Amino acid sequence: MADEKHPNDPLNPPTPAQDTSQSVPKTPAGEPGKPGDAAPTGPASISGPAIAPPSTSSEGNEPKPEVGKTPEQKTSGATAPSASTPAGPEAPPAASPAKPVAVAGAAPAEVKPAAAPKAAVPVPGPWESEMVTRFKERFGASILDAQSYLKQNYFVVHSEKSYEVLAELHDQEGFDYLVDVTALHYPERELQFEVIWILYSFERNERIRVKSSIKEGDKAPTVVPLWSTSNWLEREVFDMFGIEFDGHPDMRRILLPDGWKGYPLRKDYGIIQQDQEWVQINLGIPSGQ
Amino acid sequence: MTEQTDSLSHLDLNSSDKTFLATNELILNMGPQHPSTHGVLRVILKLDGEKVLGTECVIGYLHRGVEKIAEHRTYTMFNPYVDRMDYVAAISNGLGYCETVEKLLNMEAPSRAQYIRVILAELNRMASHMLWLGTHALDIGAITPLFYTFRDREEILKIFEKYCGARLTTHAFRIGGCLYETYDGFEEDVIKFCNFVDPKIGEYETLLTTNRIWVQRTRGVGYLSPEDCINLGVTGPVLRASGVKWDLRKAQPYSGYEKFEFDIPVGVNGDTYDRYLVRIEEMRQSIRIVRQAVGGLPTGPVMGKVPKVLKPPPGEIYHSIESPKGELGFFIVSDGSTQPYRIRVRPPSFVNLQALDTMVRGALVADVVAVIGTIDIVLGEVDR
Repeated sequence: MADEKHPNDPLNPPTPAQDTSQSVPKTPAGEPGKPGDAAPTGPASISGPAIAPPSTSSEGNEPKPEVGKTPEQKTSGATAPSASTPAGPEAPPAASPAKPVAVAGAAPAEVKPAAAPKAAVPVPGPWESEMVTRFKERFGASILDAQSYLKQNYFVVHSEKSYEVLAELHDQEGFDYLVDVTALHYPERELQFEVIWILYSFERNERIRVKSSIKEGDKAPTVVPLWSTSNWLEREVFDMFGIEFDGHPDMRRILLPDGWKGYPLRKDYGIIQQDQEWVQINLGIPSGQ
Repeated sequence: MTEQTDSLSHLDLNSSDKTFLATNELILNMGPQHPSTHGVLRVILKLDGEKVLGTECVIGYLHRGVEKIAEHRTYTMFNPYVDRMDYVAAISNGLGYCETVEKLLNMEAPSRAQYIRVILAELNRMASHMLWLGTHALDIGAITPLFYTFRDREEILKIFEKYCGARLTTHAFRIGGCLYETYDGFEEDVIKFCNFVDPKIGEYETLLTTNRIWVQRTRGVGYLSPEDCINLGVTGPVLRASGVKWDLRKAQPYSGYEKFEFDIPVGVNGDTYDRYLVRIEEMRQSIRIVRQAVGGLPTGPVMGKVPKVLKPPPGEIYHSIESPKGELGFFIVSDGSTQPYRIRVRPPSFVNLQALDTMVRGALVADVVAVIGTIDIVLGEVDR
């Protein structure tokens, strides 16, 4: 080892061929978007879609997969100023679930050259399957949305019905493995927290997500009766976000000490913030900061 | 050990008449500084004599808040942090993270990079299993395997060191591929290692597989039924030892695993002994994969075309890989900026550790040590 030259010595790049592969792409040939990307004048200053990564998808340029809105609302909002779309914003989507597809697919394609010529950003599309139809029939308006993004499917469910939807998925649809329970914090929204369950079915080899938004102070339903794995996972969500799970057998902190104040993964909790009082009392030291 | 429990049964511990053997419940603290808890795990045991009535795990001693840190770093800057979670299988962590961000960017690493990733990840799986075997056997009382496995693991770490300069926290992969081309003689080194380690795995087996003490200490200990496994979300070798043939490399192939031929070893009894056999066989299968990957290593670039400043489009993604411990998942939410809005790590060790209570209830104190070892936890990953 000692007498060998290190293979990855930056001063001795192994071959010129691989050197180019690591540097900035030189050939703008195929894609019209390339020159802008490779330009040395700070890509950070360019607006969002302009430096979007190259992608194979030829779909539209809708960048906001915001939950709780139908595709029409989003597209019409984006397209209205620049192009006259056939389906106006007034057209209600309620009639058939298939209609939003056509609109969402077609409208951005027309505006594309004007708005952002090289953006090829994947768009969340509606998730269509027999199961979704069944669930929409059974739970009606409680299924707020069923979407698919980057080939991953998810339900957006009203918080009142989230337990029933999860129980149905567990009992009737064979989702016997709860992969993860986690949460997201959006302080600017009215429903601040989004609880996310990731489910997997061994039988179908399929993974889905269920999302449900709740207010600060509201409780999410526990799914410990369905999957015992959620015991620790829900405790971690409580520990990090302060979301309580209604009916949980042992709702305590799990990673942080019991007396700790504050919930670290909330957006208003600073990166170097800590419970100074706890540290001083329990560790007997002034804070390390 | 189980025989002893049975031989005590005539005393009828539950009867009110305890003239011969009056026992009280005893709360015993184990850890966090205890050699057989593999780090800083504290287990509170509720005992009746030597029998375990219940356990409670106290974790978080190694909590560093990587998920919070991630929100304040760019995608590229967070990459080295993932190596510090499961630090005995840093390559797998890096693979899982880089693949997830690549999916979010809607791109794929070049095929040469994927092959290099598979080779290193499988070598890392062997290294992780070797470390597990050595320490697990040491917990149970066999000292020799530790020296054998550490001797062989060293060879893997040498390959890592030659490839990327680091032995444990390698940071070998980058979003979009691998930073480094293989060094001259990489293929020969790897094949030489495969030829070297193949008979060594047989050597471990001669030490343990039919060893009377080993078999008595592990067979029937820490039983977990397949239903319990699924309900508890247990993955990895622990799940497979209970007879569930499920491996993410086969079920949802990533990084080109569908191109390789290998078997998924499954156990029958779901006990500590079967988990040992499954991991031993997994090492052999890893050698098979590595051999195929080195044989078919394509030419081409090792780094895909990624922009210098990563700004994934707003959206969220969950992607998981089969790490040596089980399903390692990353859930990333992007808001379109250079920093992730949230990164959630789905740690296999954390979820598997939850099964400890089910596994040791009714067993003896000495079995707790065997069961903690057999789950194969790394506290850096449990606490994050």
